[in-house]
Amino acid sequence: MTRLRKPLPGVDPKLLIKDAAKLLPEPSRRFFLRGAASLGALAVLSGCDIIDGDTSENALRVISRFNDRVQAWLFDPNKLAPEYPESMITRPFPFNAYYSQDEAPDIDGDKWQLEIGGLVDNKAPWTLPELYKLPEVSQITRHVCVEGWSAIGSWQGVRLSDFLKMIGADTKAKYVWFQCAEGYSNTIDMPTALHPQTQLTLKFDHQILPRAYGFPVKIRIPTKLGFKNPKYVTAMWVQNNDAGGYWENQGYNWFSGL
Amino acid sequence: MTIEAAASNPLIADTAAAPVIHPRWVRVTHWINALAMLTMIGSGWQIYDAAPLFGFEFSHHIALGEWLGGALLWHFAAMWLLAINGVVYVALGILTGRFRRKLFPIRPREVVGDFVAALRGRLAHDDLAVYNAVQKLLYLGILLTGVVILLSGVSIWKPVQFQHLTSFFGGYNTARYVHFAAMTAIVAFLVVHVTLAVLVPKSLRAMLTGR
Repeated sequence: MTRLRKPLPGVDPKLLIKDAAKLLPEPSRRFFLRGAASLGALAVLSGCDIIDGDTSENALRVISRFNDRVQAWLFDPNKLAPEYPESMITRPFPFNAYYSQDEAPDIDGDKWQLEIGGLVDNKAPWTLPELYKLPEVSQITRHVCVEGWSAIGSWQGVRLSDFLKMIGADTKAKYVWFQCAEGYSNTIDMPTALHPQTQLTLKFDHQILPRAYGFPVKIRIPTKLGFKNPKYVTAMWVQNNDAGGYWENQGYNWFSGL
Repeated sequence: MTIEAAASNPLIADTAAAPVIHPRWVRVTHWINALAMLTMIGSGWQIYDAAPLFGFEFSHHIALGEWLGGALLWHFAAMWLLAINGVVYVALGILTGRFRRKLFPIRPREVVGDFVAALRGRLAHDDLAVYNAVQKLLYLGILLTGVVILLSGVSIWKPVQFQHLTSFFGGYNTARYVHFAAMTAIVAFLVVHVTLAVLVPKSLRAMLTGR
């Protein structure tokens, strides 16, 4: 986690930390231990005059990948997320994104198509009327945000595992990657994609998915944190390489299972 | 202060032949726990700030991890250190009979008597190897709080896979409050614990050198 170094005479270790931070590229600075320098916790490690951002960050990333494996192992493909009565639906259900609601993608449903790619037999794109004709499943489940808050919502759409089989996807592939209209993306593991509650969502509370909740298509995954539930989906690829995702690439845990 | 520095302290050198109060495994697990616990608390404060339960936030100057993503990485890394070290400590505490000898029996009358004596500043600390009744109660209480914070944390982390545990804590939202309350109890314990260690420095020395 840390490198032990002798203090350099005449050098303020705190300033050194600041200078080192400037050298790091922006994305990797985001975990830099600003709080750590002042936290009494790490003052215990008074031998560590310089807490090396790169070293600790790399160690934390390695542990996060280890946690991905632990979570994949804990994931029970048959265990369902708890479902709730309609009376418990959170109203209004919160809009949540890294942009404001009026900056959310405003998609023309007539022109929109769901692009299909990767290890799939039938790569023909899907239009909205075609998707609306598919058998509908429904769930009232808890959306848990990485920030800690949660909200109960009602989602309807096509069971993703059915859809994957329908298009002849290779379900032995490791990942499913989703691309979204605003540039957001997510990669999920195949066992989660095949979970019975993982849904290609077209409706919220039995109404066509409103713009705030991801029109025209959201992927609802009640076994994963909210940020692993992409909205405004435009493309789906079945593949064996991990293409990462918007938040995952910035340090949120990749698996983020519940 | 390092162990070496403590050993060169003349106040400590003349007691080198004294009996061991804290065996090495207690001291090692104690300080690992201190590091893991402070990392968990510091990163936990940063995580709390992302969606505060109450009308206040923790200052980012004392919270660990710079932003939510960094804090989560710290929290879910230090949890392994805390949990593994905790399991080792509890297992050894039971197997060596230390818990039984040091923490039991706890008699309510002695707790009241020692508590009153402590408030009057008349509680004796002649033998650090023997815990007074208030200490026994606090140490047992903090052990149980450790179990609660671990299990409530797991129930927030895995409310689907461990949904029965989450239900036991009253559901996802309530489990967050339980987790927070346990943190508060631990911080309160820490304030008292550190204050008393400063007031009775030989207790700190014993946790460093064993004697």
